[in-house]
Amino acid sequence: MSTLSTRLLEIRTGVLSKNDQLAARLRERFQAAGVLALNLVSSPGSGKTALLERTLAELVRAGRRPAALVGDLATDNDARRLERSGALVRQIETRDMCHLEAEMIAAHLDAAGWNLAELDYLFIENVGNLVCPSGYDLGEQARVVLLSVTEGEDKPVKYPVLFNSADVAIITKLDLAEACGIDLALTRRNIEEVRPGITIFETSARTGAGMDAWLAWLMAR
Amino acid sequence: MHELSIALSLVEIVEEAARRAGAERVVAVHLRLGAMSGVVREALEFCFPLAAQNTLVEGARLEIETVPLVITCTPCGRDVQPEEGSFRCPLCGAPSMHIRQGRELEVTGVEVPDAEPAMEEH
Repeated sequence: MSTLSTRLLEIRTGVLSKNDQLAARLRERFQAAGVLALNLVSSPGSGKTALLERTLAELVRAGRRPAALVGDLATDNDARRLERSGALVRQIETRDMCHLEAEMIAAHLDAAGWNLAELDYLFIENVGNLVCPSGYDLGEQARVVLLSVTEGEDKPVKYPVLFNSADVAIITKLDLAEACGIDLALTRRNIEEVRPGITIFETSARTGAGMDAWLAWLMAR
Repeated sequence: MHELSIALSLVEIVEEAARRAGAERVVAVHLRLGAMSGVVREALEFCFPLAAQNTLVEGARLEIETVPLVITCTPCGRDVQPEEGSFRCPLCGAPSMHIRQGRELEVTGVEVPDAEPAMEEH
């Protein structure tokens, strides 16, 4: 085998730098328009859409102007479900993609033609996945991770990367807590273990329990 | 499994660097991969040759340097390496969100063949 003489090109480039740059531009746009952008992440079936459904309806009732971009591999079921709240909603069908990227957010915002200055909130419902969305900045001001009581207490320690990247955690489906026999204190401790200092809410979108605190947090922003 | 998207972005960056340097192909790619990058090393190693197909990067080696998580412990006033999956100082037990390293997912170098003329064959 011959030894090939090579030279080293020293570059220092983040593999996701293109996404990061696009996300930074989106963040500037959101801030300039005074819209609070939130990236909702969780495993599939944690109740992102149900929480959003109730949150959008309550915000509209309170005279706020929310909008939502909803990511799913297929179907526009979630968008149709969320439109009933009276908020602006647009579905992002990712087809084979397991996460949303900043480029998709920019493209869908343009296609939707929303005037950001006329919005107070932009909720981005990511694809249900506890791994892939973690490295992709969407320009959000806050990342919200959901964990339903049916998933067990140790989910956060099994997926520390995503939980660590979040600013807020919401324990959902509180109405099922007793039936699931979940230890809520332990769940909270596990979330705090992988994301020290995080803000935690406990909600039930079905009964409305705990929604006040979450809505108050949103309204205060 | 987002490692294929990651591999495609990686190849795009490397190919651009190689082309800028006038190289015709890439021999090796050096990558720093943080323990908290959310990328599975084995999955990336599997996807890399697929993403490199029909590019200047085809056939290149992928050399990955794993970067452990390091946090700054405020009470101890020093940088420490917590146990896997933990964000606590191994010395005093205080939790910390001051992440010094471990989120890296970056190309640090691209090896290309030397620009010297190849030996003539006889």
